[in-house]
Amino acid sequence: MRHRGDGQPLRRDPQDRLLGGVAAGIAAWRGFSPTSVRIVLTVIALFTGGWAIPLYCAAWLLIPARDAETSIGARARHDSAGITLAVGLGSLLCVILLLAGVLNNNVVATYGWPQVVSLLCLTLIWRNAPDSEQEAIRHLVEPLESLSTGGGQTRRLSVIRLVVAALLLAGGLGWLVESHERLSYLAAPLGGVVLVAGGLVLLLGPWWLRIARDLMVERQARARAEERADMAASLHDSVLQTLALIQRRADDPQQVVQLARAQERDLRSWLFEGRAPGEFDATSFGDGIRQIQRDVEARHGIPVEVVTVGDCPLDDDIGALLAAAREATVNAAKWSGASVISLYAEVEPDTVEVAVRDRGKGFDPAAVPGDRKGLAESIHRRMSRHGGSATVNSAPGEGTKVTLRLPRTDASAPGSADGTGEVQGKGRRR
Amino acid sequence: MTGSSSAPRVVLVDDHGLFRSGVRAELGRHVEVIGEAEDVGPAIDIIGRLLPDVVLLDVHLPGGGGQAVIAAVKQEHPQVRFLALSASDAPEDVIAVIRAGARGYVTKTISTEDLADAIRRVADGDAVFSHRLAGFVLDAFAAAPSPADVKPSFDPELDQLTSREREVLRLIAQGYTYKEIARELYISVKTVETHVSSVLRKLQLSSRHQLTRWAAERRLT
Repeated sequence: MRHRGDGQPLRRDPQDRLLGGVAAGIAAWRGFSPTSVRIVLTVIALFTGGWAIPLYCAAWLLIPARDAETSIGARARHDSAGITLAVGLGSLLCVILLLAGVLNNNVVATYGWPQVVSLLCLTLIWRNAPDSEQEAIRHLVEPLESLSTGGGQTRRLSVIRLVVAALLLAGGLGWLVESHERLSYLAAPLGGVVLVAGGLVLLLGPWWLRIARDLMVERQARARAEERADMAASLHDSVLQTLALIQRRADDPQQVVQLARAQERDLRSWLFEGRAPGEFDATSFGDGIRQIQRDVEARHGIPVEVVTVGDCPLDDDIGALLAAAREATVNAAKWSGASVISLYAEVEPDTVEVAVRDRGKGFDPAAVPGDRKGLAESIHRRMSRHGGSATVNSAPGEGTKVTLRLPRTDASAPGSADGTGEVQGKGRRR
Repeated sequence: MTGSSSAPRVVLVDDHGLFRSGVRAELGRHVEVIGEAEDVGPAIDIIGRLLPDVVLLDVHLPGGGGQAVIAAVKQEHPQVRFLALSASDAPEDVIAVIRAGARGYVTKTISTEDLADAIRRVADGDAVFSHRLAGFVLDAFAAAPSPADVKPSFDPELDQLTSREREVLRLIAQGYTYKEIARELYISVKTVETHVSSVLRKLQLSSRHQLTRWAAERRLT
């Protein structure tokens, strides 16, 4: 027998994955190289008439990931909506395969049936995988999605899609007609198939519709929850911040009135004009950064030294980055006790970075209670909701540095005045 | 060269008398202010006579601006070093004096200690960048030079910053001191100074389009 690998029980390895990390897991378990396991799996898949794919999906579903306690399957047991969806999709595929089978299309039938199992497994994985794996799955699916939904797709892409679809349709019809030399031979089984399909649709149709509707409702609920979180963050940034400020300036009535008035104006324009508090009426990212500088200097009386490198237009994600940057700057102004705050913003071809730094009293990030909303909700979660990240470096007596990073989606847009790409390395050590 | 052992000898060139007397009073403890001038002509004259270690030079001077002083003095006394000082922060002004030969640039809002420190650094032959200047430089060197951008005979290395130089500049732009940069990047302060000096050299010699454009706008190529 060969040496026994790492001696651990069989676990998937999401770190070294191509799909689910099953091959890498088997490799680590038995001490083979992941590449050879992958080659063997592919060869098996080719010779077993497609049965290797559902097996792989089942393994993905049932074998726990290395650092997880339970498998995705164990979590999926409690996801009744997911199970219904999986069965619904499976039954839909069954109907399609039935049609194909009656039309004597043996290739589709033999390779198709196992994929009902794959579809069941993949649906459950998709709905129940932990966030880190979801991210990877989305990465795999993204190109397909952009092709089908047409989200931001170019003219050329949709032309390619139409051409490919037309070719497939024409090819399929040609094949059918050719293999049933005369159309009358085709008519008899086709008639039966249409009846069967009609029956099945009548039988299962309402159920499928309900599944689709439930899915939509669930999606709306998620969107509402996200909206709520955004609203909570906005309220925190504006109203709660102002209230805190009013408490600290309680001995200066004029200041308090001024703050209250500014807040009232903000809140009104949010409630009645739909402009979120702290929303940036700036035209570009750099503009927004300077707006933060002006606001914080005016409200808190602490100089903010701004350096911006490059610029880019505003969009939703950049707006969220600005909001997080404002929150970090306001935090520094309120809590650090530093005499000056440095706000640094750099637009690179593939990322936008903001660093807010003070030489104030600092704090222990691990000791911040969970209800300190600013750091958690306004900065960390806001950044991750928009695909970015936030790091906080601080220690008592050493000042604080908050670094916000956001990947850019339209990497083609120029990051600087002369608009060409950049060759310098970006490996920045923290 | 003049070492850092004794206080550097400094000439102040600025057209605001109030500012000159303020700086003289504040810097008195740190450096030896040996002369003042408020205009280009007198400045060239007094620098030629006194040969200070460092000239603290306002970017905006009547009669040609700071770079006119540098251009005139450099020819006869290349050992005199210039530290540019400005309230404006406009990139084209700053780049123009740097390309004329100033070894550093600071804003007028700088604290006295930092200014004294900057003068000492320039006297020792190092370069001094304000956080704004570091930002400008990153901006100007951000994009890869296109072939049309660069004269063919030029040394292409001058038109690009190394990734280490970019890291150092980023930290300067965030207000880090040299000592803090050295700690952050696990290098010595001397190495930080070397990086900044090499950036200064590129800034002065590069033929990058943006830099030459800024310089040309101030009639300086």
